[in-house]
Amino acid sequence: MAMLQRQITAAVKVSETRLRQRLRLGERVIEGWIFLAGLLAIVVLLGIIFILFKEGLPIFAYTSPWEFLFGTEWCPVSDPPTFGIAPFFVSTLMITLIATVIAVPVGVACAAYLSEVAPKRVAEAIKPIVEILAGIPSVMMGFIGLALLSPLVQSAFKLNTGLCGLTAAIMLALMSLPIIVSVSEDALHAVPREFKEASYALGATKWETIWHVCIPSALSGIAAAILLGVGRAIGETMTVLMVAGGALAVPVSPTDPMTTMTAAIASGIGNAVRGGLQYQALFAVGLILFALTLTVNISAERVLERQKRKFTR
Amino acid sequence: MSKSSRKWLVPLMLAIALAFSGCNSNLPSADSSTFSGSIKIVGSNTVTPLSSVWAENFMKANPKVSIAVSGPGSGVGIASLIDGITDICQSSRLITTKEIEQAKAKGVNPYEVQVASDALSVIVNLSNPVSELTIEQLSAIYTGKITNWKELGGIDAPIVAMARDTNSGTHVFFKEHVVQMYGLPTADKTLEYGNKVLFLPSTEEGVSQVANNPNAIFYAGLGYVTDKVKTIAVKRTAGDPAVRPSVDSALDGTYSISRPLVYYTNGAPTGVIKAYIDYCLSEEGQKVVLEAGFVPLTKRR
Repeated sequence: MAMLQRQITAAVKVSETRLRQRLRLGERVIEGWIFLAGLLAIVVLLGIIFILFKEGLPIFAYTSPWEFLFGTEWCPVSDPPTFGIAPFFVSTLMITLIATVIAVPVGVACAAYLSEVAPKRVAEAIKPIVEILAGIPSVMMGFIGLALLSPLVQSAFKLNTGLCGLTAAIMLALMSLPIIVSVSEDALHAVPREFKEASYALGATKWETIWHVCIPSALSGIAAAILLGVGRAIGETMTVLMVAGGALAVPVSPTDPMTTMTAAIASGIGNAVRGGLQYQALFAVGLILFALTLTVNISAERVLERQKRKFTR
Repeated sequence: MSKSSRKWLVPLMLAIALAFSGCNSNLPSADSSTFSGSIKIVGSNTVTPLSSVWAENFMKANPKVSIAVSGPGSGVGIASLIDGITDICQSSRLITTKEIEQAKAKGVNPYEVQVASDALSVIVNLSNPVSELTIEQLSAIYTGKITNWKELGGIDAPIVAMARDTNSGTHVFFKEHVVQMYGLPTADKTLEYGNKVLFLPSTEEGVSQVANNPNAIFYAGLGYVTDKVKTIAVKRTAGDPAVRPSVDSALDGTYSISRPLVYYTNGAPTGVIKAYIDYCLSEEGQKVVLEAGFVPLTKRR
């Protein structure tokens, strides 16, 4: 009897170690896969950076970096061609700035409403709708801008044409709104309840609590939301290509027609022969654009990290 | 017949059929209904409506042929031809010597066939009182020297000059023949589009902008002109008669900014591509040109 028992325990032990070994093997395979997946993302990123540098840098042998950045003449198909991207750079900054100025107050207010004011049922209904807004293809937004918004902007500001930076900026504001709303809503949600309770206990109204307690506590999260929205606005292409007007002058006012860096790349890369001067110049524009969005996204990441650390004690 | 041999029968027959159709397409006297294969046509936005109808008709007559037409712009077409990623490049401008050099460097030998002509039409809003302009005036509009319709006999309103972007063959043709006034005593090769000109990604967008904007001016192939816009009668110089763009005025040479629409292939076309281009040049194909609003190669009425 005792011997049988011993045999059984031994058998159980063996099967247990086998199982553990098998588990360990499976785990190792999965670990390997995950490692490869992570590695792949890094390899792809490095590959893109490498190609951008390889295709873009040679242009600086033709045009000095100074002339390239601050030149105001972009004539890629002329003979000899000139490549000055100042008009695109200024347009991108101007449109992004205006889009941000429009989107931030609306977005943050919407987030505050959703997280602090709205009854739960209303908030649950509105949040998915805002997120659907993020899923509208940018060409559709461009179409809406072309057909609906540009005549409106034209008559409201008595312009010669509704195809201008302002129209593009309003469309971009609409497109970056969902990101700003959902990230700032998360940030506001993460503000500990005690903060708000303390505020109410001191006799503060709802408005005072939101303005003096919730928003300041969630400020780094909101800042990250804004930066992510800015990143979206800088990189957006199709909409600005369709509604920004496409003039090559350095814009003086937001109501001027203009071409952003993304639109310049999209409208020029098709007829650029691989390896030609225009091709290299457009890759160099891409390089600058990439540096710009990378900076914005990294700062957003940093700020978001700080917000997280603030509330995990 | 055993089962295993039957399994081989169908693929074998297919292979034989394919081999024969392949042979046939190389014979000039082949029956046109036996062509098969696929053709890719990339290039001019202007030529696209024409190529699409040709492609449709040709595919109807030759069900085994598939033709894909896309029109991002002549420049894109020529770049695609040089990079070897299209069979036919459709273009609304002639290839430049620089592009030929680039092509030769990549082992591509551009072969040119003119398939139709186009009267490049200058269009304005229906409410615009201006109805004729000289090439010099057009040049002044597009270089930014003239900025108000008042200076051209119109109302006191700013001119919104619109053009196609640099992908477009029309952009290049218009720059050379109108902005730089090619062939006129006032010709100046250093002139460029003014930097207030709006560059639009497609011809359709420009035509619809002009239809809705009383101060806009744009140019488009004759095939794109609708009855919602007004064409401008163009004078070569102030002393010449004003001529409206039309099939007739382009054919008899009185309209001064008409241009060839061409196909480029890598070397002389053969096989199914040759058959397709032969169809385009045939009497039937040229009838399509007229229906699409373009100018056929010779008058056939």
